[in-house]
Amino acid sequence: MVAMENPHAHAPQGFIRKYIFSLDHKVIGIQYFFLALTAVFVGMFLSLLMRIHLAWPSASVPLFGEIKPETYLALLTMHGTIMVFFVLTTAPQGGFGNYFLPIQIGAPDMAFPVLNMLSFWTTFVGFVVILAAFFVTGGAPLHGWTGYAPLSALPSAGPGEQLGADLWITSIAIFCVASLMGALNFITTTLDLRAKGMTMMRMPLTVWSWFITAILGLLAFGVLLSAGILLLMDRNLGTSFYVPLVVVNGQVMGHKGGSPLLWQHLFWFFGHPEVYIAILPGMGVASQVLSTFSRKPIFGYRAMVYAMLSIGFFGFMVWGHHMFMSGMSPYSAFAFSILTMCIGVPSAIKTFNWLGTMWKGRIRFQTPMLYAIGFVSLFVSGGLSGPFLAQPVLDIQLHDTYFVVGHFHLIMGVAAIFGMFAATYYWFPKMFGRMMNETWGKVHFFLTLAGTYAIFMPMHYLGLAGGTRRYSQYTEVAYLAKLQPLHVFMTYAAIITIAAQLIFVINLFWSMFKGPKASDNPWEATTLEWTTSTPPPHDNFGGVTPVVNHGPYEYGVPGAAKDYVMQTDPVSVATH
Amino acid sequence: MATYTPTSPIDRVGGGHEPPVPPAGGSDDRRGNDGPDYGARLRRARLGLICGIFTVCMVFISLTSAYVVRQGLPTFDGASNSYVRDWGRVDMPWLLMAMNTAVLLVSSVTMELARRNAARQAALAPVKSIPGVSLGSENSFPWLGITVVLGLAFLAGQWLAWSELHARGFFVNTNPNSSFVFLLTIAHAVHLAGGMIALLWAGSASLLHKPVEARRIAVDVTAWYWHFMAVLWIYVFALLGFAR
Repeated sequence: MVAMENPHAHAPQGFIRKYIFSLDHKVIGIQYFFLALTAVFVGMFLSLLMRIHLAWPSASVPLFGEIKPETYLALLTMHGTIMVFFVLTTAPQGGFGNYFLPIQIGAPDMAFPVLNMLSFWTTFVGFVVILAAFFVTGGAPLHGWTGYAPLSALPSAGPGEQLGADLWITSIAIFCVASLMGALNFITTTLDLRAKGMTMMRMPLTVWSWFITAILGLLAFGVLLSAGILLLMDRNLGTSFYVPLVVVNGQVMGHKGGSPLLWQHLFWFFGHPEVYIAILPGMGVASQVLSTFSRKPIFGYRAMVYAMLSIGFFGFMVWGHHMFMSGMSPYSAFAFSILTMCIGVPSAIKTFNWLGTMWKGRIRFQTPMLYAIGFVSLFVSGGLSGPFLAQPVLDIQLHDTYFVVGHFHLIMGVAAIFGMFAATYYWFPKMFGRMMNETWGKVHFFLTLAGTYAIFMPMHYLGLAGGTRRYSQYTEVAYLAKLQPLHVFMTYAAIITIAAQLIFVINLFWSMFKGPKASDNPWEATTLEWTTSTPPPHDNFGGVTPVVNHGPYEYGVPGAAKDYVMQTDPVSVATH
Repeated sequence: MATYTPTSPIDRVGGGHEPPVPPAGGSDDRRGNDGPDYGARLRRARLGLICGIFTVCMVFISLTSAYVVRQGLPTFDGASNSYVRDWGRVDMPWLLMAMNTAVLLVSSVTMELARRNAARQAALAPVKSIPGVSLGSENSFPWLGITVVLGLAFLAGQWLAWSELHARGFFVNTNPNSSFVFLLTIAHAVHLAGGMIALLWAGSASLLHKPVEARRIAVDVTAWYWHFMAVLWIYVFALLGFAR
């Protein structure tokens, strides 16, 4: 460590500057974390209402009464949007990335602290705007989280497509701006604020994952922003970018010549990288935790880095596989199919390396490790159905069925959530200075793992049997009515799984105040955040700048006094 | 027992000395944005700007993509019972827009002069701080102020161009061509207005008597953004002119 006078050493004292409009990346990370926690409970509540309605269509649910088809579609839209943007994008990158990226590279803060604060508050405004859609005339929009035109482009297309849809688009646009500011900050921080000795190939895989995610965000969110502006213009200025000549309720609309497929292309050019924006940080956390709790170096560090880079690269070339149903040329479909299959290669490399990391390791089955293993399990289970859907011929059969719902919930939703749980249990001691309860953590894990499989695996069978998605009620269709018991089963599983999340919340808040005090390095880990005090001081390293001498995963080092070498340990530590 | 494979090279031989630690990410001074290392701050600000430029590029690339796709789309015409192109025409005020282009290009030149002036002043600052050394009074030309005026003139010119389009009967929803004319030019104007705010911020750094090096960073980053805006406008102008 190099002692130095650090201008970040003096923390602001006032409540507003310290906790509300803070420039400290750690406070901002926690703000993102709690915003995402709020959003996930809103999203989960909406999914619970949907599941209850699907199992018992005539049941009356809280706040909404008996759910009409348009209400079901509004719940569907808001659940998807809130979960994808304000949970899966916000928590892994904005929350944990903000808190730990600067510390893990030895920086006192992000490169642009003011921009960082603006990024959070812009996201917050976006969240408020989307929630407002519930309370305006007509309610929330019906067009799904993908916002397909012309439904999303015509205010007269349904009750939620009036002001509610405008608010939905505005919220997404605001979110795009916030994410772009965040991505800019992450990239600059990673490239320019690394401590002495922290070469790119000594960065923890979490940092790599946040860095690559930021690059994806930088290139993807601008496209969604443009697409959203065109949609707003179609809705409010009478342009025809997405809307062809259409008749709604017997009335000819004033549009002509637009193409709904133009929206799909722009949306999915963003939408597919968004999948990796959600899952890559989970991959980073899984790598970090698996190595730490297996007491082994990560298997194939460089391969892991290159695999993430290739996943990010290919992620921009496969958007067409979401559009096999759009009547695209078979040659285009073939190209998108092959490129999609290519992503299986780096994904398989990562899975192999995670298993290789655990192989013959002295595994410590603590809660973060369980969640990391759960992440790998869900990544494999959800990922294996990907190559099926990458085949245009199969996709045409399966596209509008529950098979796809099961696939993307496992790979993009639950796997990413497991990454976040692993991150929460792993970094909670550093963030809040106390340990979470292990027993309740394990109970939470097993209930959540079993519950999510019980919810989403049957969806694959449902889809293979022809169970269509997006319908609000299946009891009135003869062949679908036979599948109703599966819906009831999934709803029971959902109720139990959602109830299990209360264990997590209670454990989180109880531990925050009453948990046993955490030491500086409770997991005996190696990366820089564990070299500083718990919780870290305002300037992260207490007026010193770390000097890095080792790679991030040096466990089981021959000749070392301990079974791990911290990144800041002197070089000679591994040679005695 | 787990085997050990180092994830980065370690000096395993030992020998009492530590190998040189590879520097990464630039200088050793990791003081964030408040630190006095202006070289590092300038580099960081430029890096952030490059990221920002990538973002703006993606916005305009996607708009261009939409432009090209929409231009080629056929639409059903009930009168002729056939598919026709509905792209339409727009009578652009080319002369006015060419004058605007000239104004923006000149402003880019004045901005560059302001940037070089700020860099020169920053370079001379340490010399001036030596007791007894004087370089004489240096009344630098107000290039920054001139750039602000030219930037405002460009925006005013664009406003006139939009008014002229309205006067000729072309509105945002007249036809797809006019939709894109308004969309692209307004999108550029919004980004340029952001540059204006940055210019005022850079100017205020001087008024607030911030250190000359801090002013230099503000002017430098704003200047590169301003040049990018000029290049972007040439691109938009060419797209609207040659890809009609």
